Amino acid sequence: MIKIGVPSKGRLMEKTFDWFGARGVTLRLAGAEREYSGAVDGIDGVELVLLSAGEIPRELAAGRIHLGVTGSDLVREKLADWPSQVAELAPLGFGHADLIIAVPVSWIDVDTLDDLDAVAAAFRKAHGFRLRIATKYHRLVRDFLTTHGVADYQLVDSQGATEGTVKNLTAEAIADITSSGETLRANHLKILSDADIHASQAVLFLSHQAEWTADGRAILAALAKKLRVTVPKT
Amino acid sequence: MQKPSAERAISDRLAAWFTDQGATLVEADILLPAETLLDLYGEDIRARAYMTVDPVQGEMMLRPDFTVPVVQQHMAGGADPAIYAYSGAVFRKQTHAGDRPSEYHQAGIEIFRRDMPEDSDARVFALIAQVLRDHGLTLRPVTGDIGILMAAVRGLATTDRRKQALLRHIWRPQRFRALLDRFSGRAPLPEARKHLLDRLAKGSPADLIAQAGTFTGLRSEAEIAARAQALTEDAQTPPLNAPEAALLYDLLSLEAPSRAALSHLRGIAPMLPAIIPAVDRFAVRLDALAAHGIDTETLPFEASHGRTSLEYYDGFVFSFHADDPTLPPVASGGRYDALTAVLGQGKSIPAVGGVIRAGLMARLMGDQILGDGP
Repeated sequence: MIKIGVPSKGRLMEKTFDWFGARGVTLRLAGAEREYSGAVDGIDGVELVLLSAGEIPRELAAGRIHLGVTGSDLVREKLADWPSQVAELAPLGFGHADLIIAVPVSWIDVDTLDDLDAVAAAFRKAHGFRLRIATKYHRLVRDFLTTHGVADYQLVDSQGATEGTVKNLTAEAIADITSSGETLRANHLKILSDADIHASQAVLFLSHQAEWTADGRAILAALAKKLRVTVPKT
Repeated sequence: MQKPSAERAISDRLAAWFTDQGATLVEADILLPAETLLDLYGEDIRARAYMTVDPVQGEMMLRPDFTVPVVQQHMAGGADPAIYAYSGAVFRKQTHAGDRPSEYHQAGIEIFRRDMPEDSDARVFALIAQVLRDHGLTLRPVTGDIGILMAAVRGLATTDRRKQALLRHIWRPQRFRALLDRFSGRAPLPEARKHLLDRLAKGSPADLIAQAGTFTGLRSEAEIAARAQALTEDAQTPPLNAPEAALLYDLLSLEAPSRAALSHLRGIAPMLPAIIPAVDRFAVRLDALAAHGIDTETLPFEASHGRTSLEYYDGFVFSFHADDPTLPPVASGGRYDALTAVLGQGKSIPAVGGVIRAGLMARLMGDQILGDGP
């Protein structure tokens, strides 16, 4: 028996069900309405586990599920050295969102990371503290800014309504995922032209940590064949 | 894998040896207030140091190195001059799975002394070289001098604003290079910047800000206008003259045995006269190193050595490496005069120091003993 973790609600769940369904593997909810219980038809030995998308990276890392569907952004953010912990089996082609950096539209002098860095230096001198960037993607944003040599900023945690932090004067800039950019525009923010931190989408991941018995590998091989994905050698 | 007790024993023995050479043994807290370190290193330190929250004192950090707490102790009322030695655990997050420890022992020495800085540089280097050799380790030293690079930047025939921008990124080679490419005309102006400059030529910053949409955020219109003005001025600044830019690129890539590097620097100094005092100090240091028994004919020198983030060195820098390039340096150090001013609240004192990774040393000594077998 191998376990596959799938987002427990919303479009991400529906699209995941569609993706598997199109390949002859039917994932469906079972039991009473609102009960988080699932079933798998079309292949033997696969158990469906419904989880919050945000918890799937952790469950993969712990090896409590063998496979899991979640956003590539969440895996990179939540798992240190993620390729050592999970493998990408297949991008699923939905759940697209870009992790970007945005600043007020009134910052006419800022378009690139180079500008952001220069503004951060001047801001620190003028205000006595480092320019604040609100985000929930601490690891991704910090690694990106370190790689690109941006200094004199600080990350402040924002788990929701991040676009509002600038207006509320709790941050000067934000780093968040966006698909259409509408919320950014509504909050008078614009995207830096060279700060595409990560282009995210839903991905089917395999856990290196999970216990892979001979039986489990055989089930994986059968499933992979149906899904038309290649399993990396471990 | 060495037992932790062996690592600690070696670390303590190294510090004891430093005290035999005249150093005073000092201790430092393991749990440090995070604010000072965050101010110094910025957000990068969060990726490398363990942070925690104290209910009363706020954000705290597990000691990532000894230099900052030792400097703080000294600036709060140490003897002048002073030599300190220490031994203890430091904590660094490792972002990749592997056998690099996140808790390991360091033994170190720091010299605070106003006169003859080159002699202090040489002394720290020579003491560390000697103690490594005495433990049977053959390691490859590398030296550098960030002071020469800083002097070269300060001496450029360009605006203070450009010099400050370069100096601010002296420890971030990639951004330094990007700035240098732009200031020397090797990289084109970004399209958006050209567009902005065109619009600024026709309208005031205040007009452009008003046209851009609803104003939000703490950064004021005056701050935005000031930078817009600065960009306009910078656009009128001519590129660095070609010979000067070429010399700076040449300097960044200079790698040679120390005496040959000195000859090379002497050769370019007439065209970049601002570096002459720094090159003179380099020469004095080489003589001091030679007086301490170091072979300066062969000692490797790399002008860009020590330019990594999470550093604060602004003069002599050095490290000692094992053959295996995947290992971190066994020992490293350098001069950090500016750091004492930052931490000294108005006071400052020239300072130089270095640390040895005792656990790595123990491992290499074990390897060499095994390697000596039949």
